[in-house]
Amino acid sequence: MVRINGMEKDVSNMSLKEYLLTTDYNLTRIAVERNGNIVPKSQYDLTILNDGDTIEIVSFVGGG
Amino acid sequence: MIINDDKLNIGGHEFNSRFILGSGKYSLKLIEAAVKDAGAEIITLAVRRANTKESENILDFIPKGITLLPNTSGARNADEAVRIARLARELGCGNFVKIEVMRDAKYLLPDNAETVKATEILANEGFVVMPYMYPDLNTARDLVNAGAATIMPLASPIGSNKGLATKEFIQILIDEIDLPIIVDAGIGRPSQACEAMEMGAAAIMANTALATAGNLPLMASAFRKAIEAGRQAYLSGLGRVLTRGASASDPLTGFLRD
Repeated sequence: MVRINGMEKDVSNMSLKEYLLTTDYNLTRIAVERNGNIVPKSQYDLTILNDGDTIEIVSFVGGG
Repeated sequence: MIINDDKLNIGGHEFNSRFILGSGKYSLKLIEAAVKDAGAEIITLAVRRANTKESENILDFIPKGITLLPNTSGARNADEAVRIARLARELGCGNFVKIEVMRDAKYLLPDNAETVKATEILANEGFVVMPYMYPDLNTARDLVNAGAATIMPLASPIGSNKGLATKEFIQILIDEIDLPIIVDAGIGRPSQACEAMEMGAAAIMANTALATAGNLPLMASAFRKAIEAGRQAYLSGLGRVLTRGASASDPLTGFLRD
């Protein structure tokens, strides 16, 4: 299982890019962190999600 | 006197506007009008977990040419603030960051010690670091040494609209610190923004004062004028105050009595 934005997902062995595309994220508006480290956009397709990974996917919202 | 060359310099970047606008707590559709009526060149944003199939994104509503200032709200310590800042930079909108580190949700007061730590790490990574802080001179000096681009002391608790509760301590920072002092949090009325600018603040950051006003764009315009008025008064130098008595401002009307 992979923990993505706080939810356990059964997506081990999928590439990060594949996951993001199948879940309809807007790739131009997000940043991704894997186990506490930034994943550069150029690495999305080379990044394979492993069992036990923690992924955070963020974007900008309004705030002061 | 027209003051055309009175720029706000933040980490080597020059701005004409001294009003930093927050984008929280109001509709995305109002952002463009708010930016325009505030004359703002810098707008703050927050970083949150993204939703899939997001129908609208705040970046689509911010006019071109505006500098984005992501904040690290939600961070409880320096490490979390650093993580948020790096994610914000990865979002691809520049290297400015407003550091906010808070340990409690009741008063939302900044943790000055953790803020200094985060400032040092991020300044070393090339960020333009704008730390939000409780106005304390020793902390401000630590922030200068840590590489901060500005100091952002709070006027009163975030979102309170209570005005310059920390006025005397902000004045000490203005007098002693060589970086721009940007008053952030708690400014509720244009008159309070004007007063801070008269004191020598370099800029004002406001969000809730506008978001909770009756007419957001109109209040944005009122703040813009108040900030400009306060700035011009500061550049002019305020008139003196008499300790007692009066001083006529008209020539005495001698002809009635001669």
